[in-house]
Amino acid sequence: MAHYLARRLIIAIPSLLGISIVLFTVLALAPGDPFEELASNPAVPPEVRASLRAQFGLDDPIYARYLHWLLAMLQGDWGFSFASRVNTDTLILQRLPTTLFVIGSAQVLALIIALPVGVYAATRPYSVFDQIANTLAFVGFSLPTFFTGLLFILVFSIYLDWLPFVYSDVTATGWRWYWEHIRQALMPIAVLGLFQGASMTRYVRSSVLDMIRLDHVTTARSKGLAEGTVVVKHVVRNAMIPVVTLVALQMPIVFGGAIVTEQIFRIPGIGSLLISAILANDTPVIMAVTFVFACLVILFNLIADVLYGWLDPRIAYR
Amino acid sequence: MNEQELRGLIEDVQVGRLSRRGFINRMVGLGLAVPLAGQMLAHAGVALAQTKFDYKPTKRGGGGALKLLWWQGATLLNPHFAVGTKDQEGSRIFYEPLAGWDGEGNLVPVLAAEIPSVEDGTLAKDGMSVTWKLKKDVTWHDGKPFTADDCVFTWEYARDPATATYTVSTYGDVDVEKVDSHTVRVKFKKPTPFWADAFVGTRGMIIPKHLFEAYKGAASRDAPTNLKPVGTGPYKFADFKPGDMVRGEINPNYHEPNKPYFDSIEMKGGGDAVSAARAVIQTGEYDYAWNMQVEDEILQRLEKGGKGHAVITQGGNIEYIAVNFTDPWTEVDGERSSLKTKHPLLSDPAVRQALALLVDRKSVQDHVYGRTGVATGNFVNNPERFKSKNTKWEFSIDKANQVLEAAGWLKGSDGIRAKDGKKLKFVFQTSINAPRQKTQQIIKQACQKAGIDLELKSITASVFFSSDVANPDTYTKFYCDIEMYTTTMVQPDPEQFMLQFLTVEVATKENKWQGRNITRWRNPEYDKAFQAAQGELDPVKRAALFIKMNDMVCNDWAVIPVVYRPRVAAISSRLRARMSGWDNDLWALKDWYREA
Repeated sequence: MAHYLARRLIIAIPSLLGISIVLFTVLALAPGDPFEELASNPAVPPEVRASLRAQFGLDDPIYARYLHWLLAMLQGDWGFSFASRVNTDTLILQRLPTTLFVIGSAQVLALIIALPVGVYAATRPYSVFDQIANTLAFVGFSLPTFFTGLLFILVFSIYLDWLPFVYSDVTATGWRWYWEHIRQALMPIAVLGLFQGASMTRYVRSSVLDMIRLDHVTTARSKGLAEGTVVVKHVVRNAMIPVVTLVALQMPIVFGGAIVTEQIFRIPGIGSLLISAILANDTPVIMAVTFVFACLVILFNLIADVLYGWLDPRIAYR
Repeated sequence: MNEQELRGLIEDVQVGRLSRRGFINRMVGLGLAVPLAGQMLAHAGVALAQTKFDYKPTKRGGGGALKLLWWQGATLLNPHFAVGTKDQEGSRIFYEPLAGWDGEGNLVPVLAAEIPSVEDGTLAKDGMSVTWKLKKDVTWHDGKPFTADDCVFTWEYARDPATATYTVSTYGDVDVEKVDSHTVRVKFKKPTPFWADAFVGTRGMIIPKHLFEAYKGAASRDAPTNLKPVGTGPYKFADFKPGDMVRGEINPNYHEPNKPYFDSIEMKGGGDAVSAARAVIQTGEYDYAWNMQVEDEILQRLEKGGKGHAVITQGGNIEYIAVNFTDPWTEVDGERSSLKTKHPLLSDPAVRQALALLVDRKSVQDHVYGRTGVATGNFVNNPERFKSKNTKWEFSIDKANQVLEAAGWLKGSDGIRAKDGKKLKFVFQTSINAPRQKTQQIIKQACQKAGIDLELKSITASVFFSSDVANPDTYTKFYCDIEMYTTTMVQPDPEQFMLQFLTVEVATKENKWQGRNITRWRNPEYDKAFQAAQGELDPVKRAALFIKMNDMVCNDWAVIPVVYRPRVAAISSRLRARMSGWDNDLWALKDWYREA
């Protein structure tokens, strides 16, 4: 096991290096300049732009900039945002709690919906409940989040005037703080949670359906076990193996935020940081955020593989 | 309009035949900025009727929270690093200049005790210096007194090339000296008619010496105060998350009585303009939203809800079509649109005149921009130009046909005019932006009727407005026949603005297309007039020179103005805010209050 882990981690290093080279080159070749606004402003002399470019090392050749970035990264320096003149890690850490709260809650909501609905629908395939759940699930993952987001805003903020649609800092104290937080987070969490929940329901259902027909379930039933025990202990437990993998692979998304939804509700998360950095050509921030995503994807892939083996002892690490 | 006529008009104002506002409107009609018009009147001794703002609250604070929505959030809070308006506005909550510009183009003292004038002797007659008297008993948010030393330091800080401030051009060419603890003198190297640049408006915010002293030059980026501003403004710093949120709380020691009204302020960033308009006008979740780049049709629909409305402020932005005087289709020394070439079709003035006649500005205003873009033809040659705002431009397909016909451009079998085998076919480029594409269509249709074939090209804004030397589609390279975009007057004075027609400013390969002259129009007479205006101290003579320059550009159809683009903001019906198109939106934040 330890041997396997060590090998996987060592393999991860060249892939991360490769990813960083590709990211860095693509960003360096992309059009645009972080100090672009300076160029179109007649009141700013070109020398200021030239001196800023020199100060931030933008005039060096790409490989020199890459090596510089890599060395800094190895020492834990994530770079310095051109637009805000702040260290990139400060920016990311500022945004992380909101992202974790909103996207994390959405994932939890998705699981809370998907597990019972998926399992119940699978134990009674083609019943009325199954048909309805299926239809709703299809509708759910066919509608993109930007559409449902706008729909929710129209209905709950504009016509009914129940919920605010701008996610902002809560200044209230005491219980009102929690209340305000819940109110403003309700819509984005529901939008993302329902979307995720819909596809996950389908996944849980098919996974349980595969399992429920197997011989060991029939054996359990014929032993005279209660139906509930059969489902929970013999079906769901086994059916969860692929589901757990799926959830683990979705964890990087939790950190990455949901770019579109964050933009619609003005949630100050990682996704909106990335989008504004891209619009401002703030390459160090883009680089840091995308690289963190890459690391997370690799890490959670590894975790998923390890979990898989733990859940299913038939799988051996070699 | 020449100098005598201008003086006549000023006399009319003096004896009351013409209202101050009427005079200013006429000057705007001539393409002069409002502040310059105000300056002319002030010079003639016409009292500056300062726009009265009725500030009703009788005590400081008690107004609750003021919630502002900026769909692009402030990313930094050092006014001298703030290039975009979003950052300037964020900084303006905390920092103040000596004086600001109001909507009529008057200077209004903020940290200055009074506005310098020739009568007081604070404004040198020879235009070589200006003396500012500072308000006493002003303190920084941390309790330290505000003195002349802070002004002198701001100048030292901003002019240092190693600091790389965006205001370096304002402070680089002047000298600032301390006269006494509350007086500073700005000295110029040559007679300077436009003296109100350093320490004024968007580029004039004063920073505290005691907090920035250690962070001048290359160390500037490490200053903790960059992110935690300490200013003299009506609100003190509370919290800042770049790109997302700026929060401030009331400054209990603010230097004006009974101000500010609100207990706290929050400036939320992110999202898009349409939903920001919704949050203010329709749901009332926010009090004010900046820069409503939203179609007027949508704004009007939202306004029916009634919780707020759009405020439109006249400024100096103009959407116009630039005409290429060089040949974009021939490459000379690795450069197209080179100065060594001449445009085969557009060098004929008749063609340019016809193009100007074919821009249906009224349709563009009515069907595309509405209140957010007012048809203008300030520069179009028309004898009736000074009589009424509406007759200054003309749209006439017939007349365009006549002009082309007379110049020998005759229609071929395909309906496209040609002369000497050269067909009137142009590529017309602009950035991707729905109103611009609609405007392109309107112009193309009119051109078709006059036998001109326009090929429309749209380029992503991030490429079109970039300074990427390798990309052929930037607006400065101008590798096409005509192009359309908005040009912004970043200063209330037209000098910087008029730079864009100087011969030395032509964008070429040599200067990496950083020159400001995009049309590549050149005229030695214009260059001479510009030089004269730079040193002309009499505001009337100077204005006459600027009008002359305007006329030269326009009578030659080097540019075809389309619409004025005023600033549009969304504001709650109960909020009272003092707006100005010549300064930041938050220039008079101290005066904002909410009607009960």
